[in-house]
Amino acid sequence: MSIHTSRHTLSRLPAAALAASIAFVPFAAAAADTVNIYSYRQPDLIKPLLDAFTAETGIQTEVLFLESGIEERIAAEGSNSPADLIFTVDIGRLQGAEDAGVTQPVVNESINANIPAHFRDSEGNWFGLTTRGRVVYASRDRVEQDTITYEELADPKWEGRICTRSGQHVYNIALFASMVAHHGAEYTETWLEGLKNNLARKPDGNDRAQAQAIYAGECDIGLGNTYYVGLMQTNEKEPEQKEWAAAIKVLFPNSEDRGTHVNISGMALAKHAPNRDNAIKLMEFLASPTGQEIYAEQVFEYPVGPGAEASDIVKGFGEINPDTLPLEEIAANRKTASELVDKVGYNDGPSS
Amino acid sequence: MTTFAPSDYQPPASRNAVKRVRHYGAVVPALLAAAIALLPIAVVLAIALSGDGSDWPHLIQHVIPRSTATTLWLLALVAAGSASIGVTSAWIVVAYDFPFRRTLAWMLVLPLAVPPYLAAYAFAEFLHFSGPVQSAVRSVFGFVTPRDYWFPEIRSTEGAALVLSMVLYPYVYLTSRVVFIMQGRNIGDVARTLGAAPLKVLRRVLLPVARPAIVAGVALVLMETLNDIGASKYLGVQTLTYSVYTTWLNRSSLEGAAQIAVMMLVIVLAVLLMEQWARRRQRFHVGRATQIKSHPPRVRLSGLRAAAATLATALPVSLGFGIPVYIFGDYASRRLYQFTDPDLAEALVNSIMVATAAAIVTVFVALLLIHAARLDRSRPVAIATRLAMIGYALPGTVLGLGLLFALARIDNTVDALARDLLGVSTGLIFTGSAAAVVLVCSIRFMALAEGALRGGIEKLPPHLDEAARSLGRSPTRSAVGVMLPLLKPAVLTAAVFVFVDTMKELSATILLRPFGFNTLATSVFEDASRGAVEDGAMASLAIIATAIVPVVLLSGALMRDREANL
Repeated sequence: MSIHTSRHTLSRLPAAALAASIAFVPFAAAAADTVNIYSYRQPDLIKPLLDAFTAETGIQTEVLFLESGIEERIAAEGSNSPADLIFTVDIGRLQGAEDAGVTQPVVNESINANIPAHFRDSEGNWFGLTTRGRVVYASRDRVEQDTITYEELADPKWEGRICTRSGQHVYNIALFASMVAHHGAEYTETWLEGLKNNLARKPDGNDRAQAQAIYAGECDIGLGNTYYVGLMQTNEKEPEQKEWAAAIKVLFPNSEDRGTHVNISGMALAKHAPNRDNAIKLMEFLASPTGQEIYAEQVFEYPVGPGAEASDIVKGFGEINPDTLPLEEIAANRKTASELVDKVGYNDGPSS
Repeated sequence: MTTFAPSDYQPPASRNAVKRVRHYGAVVPALLAAAIALLPIAVVLAIALSGDGSDWPHLIQHVIPRSTATTLWLLALVAAGSASIGVTSAWIVVAYDFPFRRTLAWMLVLPLAVPPYLAAYAFAEFLHFSGPVQSAVRSVFGFVTPRDYWFPEIRSTEGAALVLSMVLYPYVYLTSRVVFIMQGRNIGDVARTLGAAPLKVLRRVLLPVARPAIVAGVALVLMETLNDIGASKYLGVQTLTYSVYTTWLNRSSLEGAAQIAVMMLVIVLAVLLMEQWARRRQRFHVGRATQIKSHPPRVRLSGLRAAAATLATALPVSLGFGIPVYIFGDYASRRLYQFTDPDLAEALVNSIMVATAAAIVTVFVALLLIHAARLDRSRPVAIATRLAMIGYALPGTVLGLGLLFALARIDNTVDALARDLLGVSTGLIFTGSAAAVVLVCSIRFMALAEGALRGGIEKLPPHLDEAARSLGRSPTRSAVGVMLPLLKPAVLTAAVFVFVDTMKELSATILLRPFGFNTLATSVFEDASRGAVEDGAMASLAIIATAIVPVVLLSGALMRDREANL
């Protein structure tokens, strides 16, 4: 009925609008040699990788970049969904896609050989491709120590000296969830309270803005992902970002004990993938050492596979000793972490 | 038959006979259109009702009180800010003559072309420690670090209110300026000939007369503030809309998120009631006044007072328009090669197509709704046509999700039927097509078009079309033949509002668009979301530039046309 009226409405429009509406007829869902990707990762970031895949196999790729709602969109589209692959960062979103029932398991020897078991779902519903550490950016001038722990960030010695982005951002939620997994909710609440009271200002901006704030002298310590350092160091168009990067040193928290919190970017095969065979070819390519290296170099992240190497810039940050906590545990504690952020009023900033 | 009856005596038979006439030709399509507009909202409501309420202990204890207070404070500040800027600048431009008056009169509308999320970014950069303002402060006073001096924090509720007021005040400026031009030049002149000073005329005569127009403008501003996520998230303001997102994405509860969104509709209903109340108290009809085709002179200012008037009107323009253009112009100047980027051109074409289609559809449907409500004065029709407007106040993503589920259900049902009956698959017809984007923007911005058109109709003498009907024309033909030409300025205003807001729209578009379909706003977001807003500078400027064209045309048309209806 709705369809009928909409057409009826359109038919009464002036000719120009009618012409425009013809252009709006939906795109053919699946051409023969294509893979359709729903992605939370920006197309620019994955383009070199996908171009390499097309050059090797002749299979074209289409990327639809979404801000949120990939699960909902695939679920709503149901068996007619054009989506073949889901690309995203953050374990929470990969696990979320699996929980929403919009993925399907893939059991593939070549993929499994290239991705260590702790970076993929046990049933094959999702696979990690790269990791990024959530590290401490510390002022070169004003912070003397060269090692640090996450636990230590709640120490009053940092009062008024820490900057972070919003506590509800997925990167921080995953870090806080790992704290819950390691130490329990009660400890984490007290710890968050302490961290909040050490903040120099209300949490805001992105990770780069924390480096900028350290450069500007607003704070001495910031939380950020490893790859932003690479992005700032190589930013030719906004050269002042190189100065921000130069003002900070990267400290890998807990590198001497349980290891630095890492999160993954990864892929999942969509439940109703219309181009399943091509999609699996792309997954194999992405999991291969070559694919991982192109990806990791492009985004300044660490490849997950033992056979792939990080780029020189990434190696320059220092040695990472990743936390071995199973990623599922981080995903399982996200809700608690998000509630604790609200409970301690983290985003209101320091109380004084 | 001219029997004279007491006013409370109504002959039952004849009254019933008049009432029985139902205008199905207008009412049925209008109700259908209203039903389509309400479809996504009904879906959101259904999602909200399907929840088990398990999010609420947490929400009530730690989220809702705080974010409600923040939201109300933000709304109050933005209402005060946009109303005072809009009314003051409109009054100065209408009542006084001063250097650059004509230029400033249209430039004052320009901030409308700037999306709030871009304005928030630009203000934050402009006022940042390493931005031009603080650098200047430091060099003047010899400060070195941020700890040496105090500087107001833009990343705060008050900061967000400043940013939003600076880009949204043009709604109030436009609505009140037209009233000042039309009423001011007539009622105001009467008061002036009786010896009242211009300011006194403003306070005692014009403000009360302009009140419905001001309230209508403020209502639009409030709804845009309520559904904003980009600016408030960037500036760290935890509004109700923000908690909709955290509940959905971080605590995986779409039901809880929908429940908060439904709760927000209460605020919207309050705004709508406030607006209706303000309009009901003052109906005025410009038609008669505009018959006086005189051009009373403005009060000419000189010296300091003239400079003050120029400065006062230039200030909102330089903040709401100047700062964003300065920031993004600076980035874009280092990326001139993007100017010839085919992706940018394609996004521009897509944006213009979607915005044009949405403007046409929305204005057409809004006219239909108003026409039906005028013909059929029954309560259900009035309520249905009014309710069709509330999509404006929902966060775009929530409205988009509602429409996504509804369209996908329809598509899959049609597909299943076609497979059963014809053995062919129709696939997804609407879901993930550009038509879905046009539809969601039309639903989202229906209130903008309806507000502008209703404002226009209320200023016409009543029963104008009834004169035509008494001469034997059908209701619809008299509406089209008599009312529509008189409503031209209001139709233009409505179309421009929808066009500009669709150009700026991001959250629903990004969710519903098909493969390979970028608008300017989605391509800006792609860059912004990986922390590189700079790379989206050229597309940002393109949004602003494209939105300027109709905004300036509109401002000019309303200025010239003394029969302007908004």
